[in-house]
Amino acid sequence: MDRARPSLAIDAALVERLLVQFLREEVTHVGFGKVVLGVSGGIDSAVVASLAARALGPANVIGVLLPYRESNPQSEAHGKLLCESIGVPHARVDISEMADAYISREPTMDRTRRGNVLARCRMIVLYDRAAAERALVLGTSNKTELLLGYTTQFGDSASALNPIGDLYKNQLYQLARHLKIPEALVTKAPSADLFEGQTDEADLGFTYEAVDRLLFLLVDERYSEDDLAAAGFEREFVRKIVARISATQFKRVPPIIAKLSQRTVNQDFRYLRDWGR
Amino acid sequence: MTLAQINPTLGDLERNFVLHSAEIEAAKRAGSRVVLFPELSLSGYFLKDQTSEIALRLDAPILGRFAALSRDISIAIGFVERSSEGRLYNSMAFFEDGALLHVHRKVHLVTYGMFDEQREFAAGERFASFTSKFGRFGFLICEDLWHVSSAYPYFLDDVDALLVHSCAPGRGVAEDGGELGSQRVWQTLLAAQALTTQTWVLWTNRVGWEDGIFFSGGSRVIDPSGRTHAELKGLESDRLQVQISSRELERARLMTPLRRDAKPWLLEQSLFRHRTKN
Repeated sequence: MDRARPSLAIDAALVERLLVQFLREEVTHVGFGKVVLGVSGGIDSAVVASLAARALGPANVIGVLLPYRESNPQSEAHGKLLCESIGVPHARVDISEMADAYISREPTMDRTRRGNVLARCRMIVLYDRAAAERALVLGTSNKTELLLGYTTQFGDSASALNPIGDLYKNQLYQLARHLKIPEALVTKAPSADLFEGQTDEADLGFTYEAVDRLLFLLVDERYSEDDLAAAGFEREFVRKIVARISATQFKRVPPIIAKLSQRTVNQDFRYLRDWGR
Repeated sequence: MTLAQINPTLGDLERNFVLHSAEIEAAKRAGSRVVLFPELSLSGYFLKDQTSEIALRLDAPILGRFAALSRDISIAIGFVERSSEGRLYNSMAFFEDGALLHVHRKVHLVTYGMFDEQREFAAGERFASFTSKFGRFGFLICEDLWHVSSAYPYFLDDVDALLVHSCAPGRGVAEDGGELGSQRVWQTLLAAQALTTQTWVLWTNRVGWEDGIFFSGGSRVIDPSGRTHAELKGLESDRLQVQISSRELERARLMTPLRRDAKPWLLEQSLFRHRTKN
């Protein structure tokens, strides 16, 4: 590796080893042995399911397919294919009825609101499955989505633990290939599948390839705007992304609390989740 | 000697005492005379508000139990110390022959990036070597090693070994021969200290996860010529059994007599000039 040029290339075998250990330890030392996750048919949830199967055994992973009546049938087919390829049992919960019960009462609902409702319906199902199975919900948001705020708060971003939140989309592809995720999932265009024909890159207005490299230099390598311009990025693109990151900070923090007393939760009452575990 | 690369439970001293005593027993059975544990081995690392809740005075009963265990084997552990003035320190204690022989308080607290030690701890003020029945030792706790001035007093004291104890989190998963970026940096630092001080360097690092941050293990022993004498490869709980002798010290110091030729008074003059200038 040329150390003078920062690169997104990862040692996928080392990352696999760390994330398997992370899942095993952070699930079991809080007294759990099972996990639940939504399997969308995309590579992010495929990678998480595959890591969880290695960490806890496939029988202790529950992949939940959560189609809506307008979802692309290919998403469900790919989700099923993934679960079968790694031996993970899957459940299917069609969210159309529960989502439409609310959506039908809101005639002015736009596409964004509806997408958020679908993401939050899926969250409700996953958390209830987790309670029924005495399992923890695994998150499947990657670092690119988290930084861009390309998530629904309390929807797809809700989880007990997330093994892939420090990996950019580009790095997820490297890990997916290493984990031998079925080719059909790896080669298709990434999509949230919240409406027909949706793709992430059309939604975002730029490619993952460009934004991953920018985010990596900006966040991990602490490049300034001048450094990024010297590295070949348009200043306008840089400013747009920086503005987007700061505008979506609220999605990455717990709700803010008005401080009144001497000791306030999350301010000066500070303990890890792993407190005494 | 045994380097016990353990994974303590955050804030549960009793459970961690049981873990330590099992390791001490295993080290004794293996014939070790000294057993070394990582930084804050009795408490875990990211304590935040737990720090003051689990802090121990030097006369705490649990430390007395370690003293009792040290009748047959010398023991170094990490813990949160509460001083008589009520200050909290990130400390290492060395027990030998049934008594507490020495305490080192971490001097260079780390407060940047993911770390916030100066919020919880007061900083130690000195690097004092001590003499065990097995040799002269100097303690360094994690960030202490990164400052070139830390090992120098020990070098002047002719210590036989630097005992370095860490909770070093792993970072950096770029393609690099299966090794973490952070682990490569530690290896470089440890080898450089062994070379420049011509002592044995024994690095005991912990393993395990605390809220998504992992400690990367890789505990190792570097000889006085900077070569890796023994190391643990895994990221799991493990123990490293090593035999070290003063012959390597003699040979290294004969071939390159750094301590003999050291000119510490130049440093003294330079520090004096620096002080008066400011």
